[in-house]
Amino acid sequence: MASGKPVRWHIAVFLAPAVLVYSALMIIPLFGTLLQSLFNKGEAGARMFVGLGNFAKLFGDALWSDAFWNALGNNTWFFVIHMLVQNPIGIALAAILSTPRLRMAVFYRTAIFIPTILSFVIVGFVWKLILSPIWGIAPGMLDAVGLKFLFTPWLGKEEYALTALALVSVWQFVGIPMMLIYAALLSIPDEVLEAAEMDGITGWSQFWKIKLPLILPSIGIISILTFVGNFNAFDLIYVAQGALAGPDFSTDILGTFLYRTFFGFQLQLGDPYMGSAIAGSMFGIILIGVCVYLFGIQTRLRRYQF
Amino acid sequence: MSARMSTGRTVAAHAVLLTYTLIALFPVFVIVINSFKSRKAIFADPLALPLPGNFDLIGYQTVMKQGDFFLYFQNSLIVTAASLFFVLLFGAMAAFALSEYRFRGNTLMGLYLALGIMIPIRLGTVAILEIMVASGLVNTLTALILVYTAQGLPLAVFILSEFMKSVSNDLKNAGRIDGLSEYRIFFSLVLPLVRPAMATVAVFTMIPIWNDLWFPLILAPSEEVKTVTLGAQVFIGQFVTNWNAVLAALSLAIVPVLVLYLIFSRQLIRGITAGAVK
Repeated sequence: MASGKPVRWHIAVFLAPAVLVYSALMIIPLFGTLLQSLFNKGEAGARMFVGLGNFAKLFGDALWSDAFWNALGNNTWFFVIHMLVQNPIGIALAAILSTPRLRMAVFYRTAIFIPTILSFVIVGFVWKLILSPIWGIAPGMLDAVGLKFLFTPWLGKEEYALTALALVSVWQFVGIPMMLIYAALLSIPDEVLEAAEMDGITGWSQFWKIKLPLILPSIGIISILTFVGNFNAFDLIYVAQGALAGPDFSTDILGTFLYRTFFGFQLQLGDPYMGSAIAGSMFGIILIGVCVYLFGIQTRLRRYQF
Repeated sequence: MSARMSTGRTVAAHAVLLTYTLIALFPVFVIVINSFKSRKAIFADPLALPLPGNFDLIGYQTVMKQGDFFLYFQNSLIVTAASLFFVLLFGAMAAFALSEYRFRGNTLMGLYLALGIMIPIRLGTVAILEIMVASGLVNTLTALILVYTAQGLPLAVFILSEFMKSVSNDLKNAGRIDGLSEYRIFFSLVLPLVRPAMATVAVFTMIPIWNDLWFPLILAPSEEVKTVTLGAQVFIGQFVTNWNAVLAALSLAIVPVLVLYLIFSRQLIRGITAGAVK
């Protein structure tokens, strides 16, 4: 189709650097990893196509599947805690922050977001210190209010460790839903709120009946961001409990499982093929979540144009 | 609304926010105050403020003597600054192409670049490591810069193209009539106008890069290219009983990112409210 239009080379020049770097280091490795998950070592140690064999092993062979389902279950619980604790707290803080003419709002907003900018190394270490029975800030504080009997070494007990770490992660990231919801609340036009006030809808009922429906799309976004972030998490568990995700794998999530499998630990050798299969499963899980959000949730949310 | 009721509500709002602020800042406070205390004081009374009786800089002295920490800082600074530069430059260029010109495949290209917002780059780690081994880039800062540039681009393109759509067409067309090339229009007209959006993108890009542990651990674990996050993690392992040193190292690791955050925090909320993340 030689329409006589000059080729607009500048478009290619503007796009090229971003597309090249992004394709070479993100898209190609991603598909390379997915492809690699279909191979495994053959008898002579050579690469051999095994189809979905690795996945069958991962989901069904007791050697692998115990660890996999354990990690997936833990990861799901990790996500549930974030949805039940982090996002409601974030929304509540944002709702309070957006009170008109509230003094020091900038200070609160800035301070509450600070944990989010800290590295996992710092977060993991400081909470280990605080919860440690040896140093004893937590037992000391519980003692001061007469609740010492409630204290146990949470990070060292199988039944509490995962929940404790999930709550630490909630503490760290509550600033993100707060900021996004806060921004959404600020963008609600005053006329809408004034009209509600004219009808006598104020305070709590104003939040539930007017503001909440208007910020539902933002709540959808924070939910999917939380989902992707949680099923991709690794750092906090690694920093606090090590690659073995102790005690007795009770805090093992997919990220730490991938790391152990791919790089090996202690006596077990690293296995790039099974590592790829785990990365492939994580890709599938995240893809399902994103699709559920895009097609199941986002299209049903009513958006309001002001 | 009666004035009394609204006062009560304001007090309640402040009480809730203040409580949560204390919860958010308490752990940071614990690290910083104890890093200035003697070993005995850290254990005897962890919540006491550093006063003349228990004040001690031994932790900081140990960290300084260790020496490597300056190198780690330097590495983190180079990696973060270089990645940020490439993300902003390449991201703005691609965003301009997508928002300014109508060409076949425009929407598709936009979707392709947006894919990376939802799919984490970590899932490709196995293949990324192979690429880096094959090209001899393992244990170089270049490897980290490349990966972080790819990681930051999707969100940068997405946010910046939303902003660039709002730059007035009259201005660009006036530039074209004056005979400016498309490159000049981008660099001297459009880029200065989207500076606030660039600041937002900068914050979102910078924090995960500075704090990342995964890629330094896998792609660049050797001594001379360690970043400060990985350095602090290893330091904790080595000095596990030397709490003075560990607390001092952690306090030092908090400072740079905290300073940057306080500088940019106004931009952060402005960028979000301007509709970038709707």
